[in-house]
Amino acid sequence: MDEYRWEVPREGAMRVPGIIYSSSRLMRAMGKDESPKQVANVAQLPGIVKCSLAMPDMHWGYGFPIGGVAAFDVNGGVVSPGGVGYDINCGCRLMMTNLRQEEIRPHLAKVVNALFQHVPSGVGSKGALKLSRSEEKRVLVEGARWAVKNGYGSQGDLESMEDGGCLPGADPEAVSERALERGKDQVGTLGSGNHFLELEVVEKIFDRDVASALGIEEGQVAVMVHSGSRGLGHQVCDDYLAKLVKHVDKLGLNLPDRQLACAYIQSPEGQQYLSAMACAANYAWANRQMLMHWTGEALERALGLSPRALGMRLVYDVCHNIAKIEEHVVDGKKMSLCVHRKGATRAFPPGHPALPQKYRKTGQPVLIPGDMGTGSYVLVGTEKAMAETFGSTCHGAGRVLSRAAAIKASRGRSIRREMEDRGVLVMAAAKGTLAEEMPEAYKDIDEVVNVVDGAGLSRKVAKLRAIGCIKG
Amino acid sequence: MKPYHTFDHTADLGLAINGASEEKLFANAAFAIFDIITDLNRVEARDARRIAVEGDNREDLLINFLREVLYLYNGERWLLKEIRIIRISTNGLDAEALGEPFDEQKHEICKEIKAVTYHQAEVRQTPAGWTARVIFDV
Repeated sequence: MDEYRWEVPREGAMRVPGIIYSSSRLMRAMGKDESPKQVANVAQLPGIVKCSLAMPDMHWGYGFPIGGVAAFDVNGGVVSPGGVGYDINCGCRLMMTNLRQEEIRPHLAKVVNALFQHVPSGVGSKGALKLSRSEEKRVLVEGARWAVKNGYGSQGDLESMEDGGCLPGADPEAVSERALERGKDQVGTLGSGNHFLELEVVEKIFDRDVASALGIEEGQVAVMVHSGSRGLGHQVCDDYLAKLVKHVDKLGLNLPDRQLACAYIQSPEGQQYLSAMACAANYAWANRQMLMHWTGEALERALGLSPRALGMRLVYDVCHNIAKIEEHVVDGKKMSLCVHRKGATRAFPPGHPALPQKYRKTGQPVLIPGDMGTGSYVLVGTEKAMAETFGSTCHGAGRVLSRAAAIKASRGRSIRREMEDRGVLVMAAAKGTLAEEMPEAYKDIDEVVNVVDGAGLSRKVAKLRAIGCIKG
Repeated sequence: MKPYHTFDHTADLGLAINGASEEKLFANAAFAIFDIITDLNRVEARDARRIAVEGDNREDLLINFLREVLYLYNGERWLLKEIRIIRISTNGLDAEALGEPFDEQKHEICKEIKAVTYHQAEVRQTPAGWTARVIFDV
C-alpha cells in the first residue's frame, strides 16, 4: 500500500481486508512464517470492523498472530480468548530512579544479584505471599489498588497505569477453582520464558519536551519490568478456550482455526469470559505493582539508599495482551468496540480522556522492550494510531528464530559472556532461557520501532540501553 | 523409534508423537510432556492419579487429555513418570498416572510448558500406527 503497509486482500470468507505494518526488510525476514495467513483468518470472525491488523513485530502465533490487533462491534461482534492470549495482561512497566549511570556501574554485580535474590523469578516461582481464597478474590477485583492498599507502592502509582491498574467488571465467580489454585502463591513473581526485569540507562532522547514531561533524562538509571498474570491467566484462557470451542460448534460458526474460538460479546458466554479476563488482568497489575515494590527494596538495600534518595517512580504501565471495550470513530461514526491487542500496545493520542492529567498533553507513554540486553524504547501515542489502528502500536521486537533454532545457534557459545562483553550483566533462573532469549532470536528492535514511528502510529521519545537483566 | 520429537514453531513448542496403537499414542504424548519438563530419571512412580476426560473427536480428546496431564504439574506440582491408558474411545478416556509430588531438593524443572493449544492439532492413523501433532505455549 505504501512504505510501511502491506495489504492482505479480502478473499474467501474474510469479512474485511488485512493490513500489516512492516518494512520490506522485516517482511523478507519473515520467511515461511504463517502470520499473514493468521491475519486473514482473524478477518473471518463475526463483527470485525474495518480491517484485521498486524504490527511490525508480528510473528506466527496460534489463532491470532502475535502483534495482531482486531476490533469488534460490541453489538454483533465477538470476543476471543485466543485474541488476548494465555498470558492475560502481560505487559511492561517502566520506573525511573534518581541514580546516574556512573553511580550504579561500580556496584552493578551487587545490584543485579540483589534483584535476583529479592524478586522471585523462574519456572513455577512462588512469591513471598500465599493468599487465602477470599484475599485472592480481592486481588482479582481490585488489581493494583489491592497491592497499594496492602503497602506495596503509593496511591500516585495508580494513575500511571492503563485503567488505573484495575479493569472494571471483574467477577471472581467467573474464574475456576483451578485458576484460583494456580494463582494463590504467584502474585509478585516474574515467571519464566521471555519475562524479565531489566536495569537500563537512558541512552538517547528523541523528543526533549516530552521526555522531560515523562521525567526521563539522559544518563539516568531506569528499571523495566515485563511480566503478566502467571498461571492464573493461563488457566483462565485454557478454561474459556475449551468452553468456547464447544460453544462455537453449537453456534455453527465455521472457523479456520479452533484456537480462534469466540463468543458474541453480548452473549452470557462472552460476558463471562470478559469478567474472568478482567480478573486475570487485575491480577497482573497487582503482580507488576509488587514486583516494582520489591525492586525498590532490593536497590535500596544493595546501594544503601533511602527510598527518597533512590527516588524510584513509575513512568507508566502498559498491557500488551488484552481485550478492552473502547470508543472509536469508524467511517465518521462513533462506535463502541472490543479491541483485541495480542502482542500490541495501546497508543492513545494527546488529549484522550483515558489518559491521566499529567500525560494529557504528551499522549500515552508506550513502552517497547527489546530483546534481552538490547534495551527498550519509550514512545507516545498519536492521532494517526487512533485513526488507523484503533489506537495501537507494536509491543516488542518479536521473535524471528524459534526457541529450538536459538538453542542450536547458541551451541558452544556462552550467551552470558557475550552479554557481559556488551556491558550487560545477566542472571537467569533456568539454564536454557538465556539461549532461547538471545538477541539473535529477535527482530531488530530499532527497525520495528522505526516502522511504527515512520508510519506515525507512535513517536519516539527515548531509547534505553540495558546494563543488567534478571531472567526467569 | 523415539516416541516423540519436537518441531519448530516460532515462539512456541511443537510436538510430533507416534505410537503403535491409540493407547500408546496417548501414553507417549503424556510421557513427552514430562520428559520435556523434567529429568524423569529422578522421578519415582510411588503415587497414583486418575485421569478421566471426554472429547468431541480424537483431536479434542487428545487436547483435553493433555490439558489434564499438564495440570498435574502446573496446578498440582506433581510429576508424572508413567501412564497407563485403561480405556479409550473416540470420545472418552480413562487413565492412571504414576509419579510423585515435585520436590525442589530432588527434582529439576528443565522447561516450562504453559498450555496446550488447538492450533493445527491433529491425530492420524497411518499404516505404521498412530501419529499426532500438538503445539504448546511455552
